[in-house]
Amino acid sequence: MVESERDLRCGDLEVGCVVSQPGNARFYRTGDWRSFRPVVDRAKCIGCGVCYLLCPDMAIRRRADGTFEADLYYCKGCGICAAECFTGCIQMVPEEE
Amino acid sequence: MGKRVGIEVSIAAADAVAMADVDVVAAYPITPQTHIVEHLSELVAEGELTAEFIPVESEHSAMSVCCGSSAAGARTFTCTSSQGLALMNEILFIVPSMRLPVVMILANRSLSGPLSIWNDHTDVMSVRDCGWVQLFVENGQEVFDHVLFAFRVAEARSVSLPVMINMDGFILTHVIEPISYWDKEAVERYLPAFEPVNRLDPDHPMTMGAFAMPGIYTEARKVQNDALIAAMPELIEAWEKMGELTGRCYRPVERYAVEGAETVFITMGSIGETVSIAVDRLRGQGRAVGLVKLRLWRPFPFDALREALKGVRRIIVIDRAISFGGPGGPVASEIRSALYGVEPRPEVLNMISGLAGRDVTPEDYIAMYETAMAAEQWKPEDYVVFGARE
Repeated sequence: MVESERDLRCGDLEVGCVVSQPGNARFYRTGDWRSFRPVVDRAKCIGCGVCYLLCPDMAIRRRADGTFEADLYYCKGCGICAAECFTGCIQMVPEEE
Repeated sequence: MGKRVGIEVSIAAADAVAMADVDVVAAYPITPQTHIVEHLSELVAEGELTAEFIPVESEHSAMSVCCGSSAAGARTFTCTSSQGLALMNEILFIVPSMRLPVVMILANRSLSGPLSIWNDHTDVMSVRDCGWVQLFVENGQEVFDHVLFAFRVAEARSVSLPVMINMDGFILTHVIEPISYWDKEAVERYLPAFEPVNRLDPDHPMTMGAFAMPGIYTEARKVQNDALIAAMPELIEAWEKMGELTGRCYRPVERYAVEGAETVFITMGSIGETVSIAVDRLRGQGRAVGLVKLRLWRPFPFDALREALKGVRRIIVIDRAISFGGPGGPVASEIRSALYGVEPRPEVLNMISGLAGRDVTPEDYIAMYETAMAAEQWKPEDYVVFGARE
């Protein structure tokens, strides 16, 4: 599986440019679209999982300690988790900081 | 071979589609294509053809349905004209990019405005670059033959591209001509069962028509262009095979009385027959004039065209559309481009005529020839809108 479409040449494309291998969207690094990243204050997180449920890209995973964090390979920085968090434990921080 | 009958060309075209044992017909009626889909709907309703006839609500939907049914592995046909083609424009470009072998008859009609239902080639020229195999037929027999030809070529696994048959509206669609039908056995020998390269199948999921980022779009387009160009050998083989079966052999570029011709007309579609009458008369007067007919428009037959025009000094290209503000007509533009590197380069004069059903007679073509001969020097960009009252 290729990491980027820039690795593909004409001869690699299937007829009609079909994608015959299912599930390859997981290789797509949507995280590089991000300008803000979610930073979790673990002291305030109650582990309710509302961020996990509402993330439109399923980019949030549960940690061993019961709190949640974004997988920055996929997280586009939309901020829905921060907006929906009951405790306000998620801050959107500009990527350059 | 089968029976020879006097029949309306549209009805024969529909019969040919039925003989190809089509699985899905999705179409919306529009003049002058109506009789073709009307007859197909009758054949399905009467149980003579086992197929899904989908009476869609617009041509945009017609081509969308065709896209889906072809992707599911169904032999698929549609038919349209003019405004209908314009309405299906969006999907028209997607079908070849997905390499789906849909077959469509385009009953050529002028585009509005002014509103007109009559015949010229402005509709097809608006989609010149849509990526379909595009060919032109001259009479009813050629329509019938090319329906079977189109399915064979489109579905060939080495091609897997949609094919558009251009037939002149009214001039062909609404006339009764003697047409030799193929018998069932000949159709079976000529047209194998459709085995799609890709097929939508829940057991083998795949993505068709996916999004392409800038990093891959260029490659996708180059591959599509290469595929259309690479269809040429299959097209020629399918014509040769038809010649063996029926005795009628077609070529990408047809020649008529070109032996020793210094000047040739170039035509596309049904006017070839009218021009051949003019050529016969001029030959009778000792004029060295011939006729070259472009059957194949995409992929453009560069080599066959240059071969057919060898030794020709002057070319009169008949266009049935205007490229507004451009170099005249689209056909002349392509011919000039094809001949740019030829030494000595023939002169090209472009005559735009026969717009929206305006009758053009053999006498008119003779007048065009005289006009062309009277011109001392032709400028490369010269074109004449023939017969326009100024």
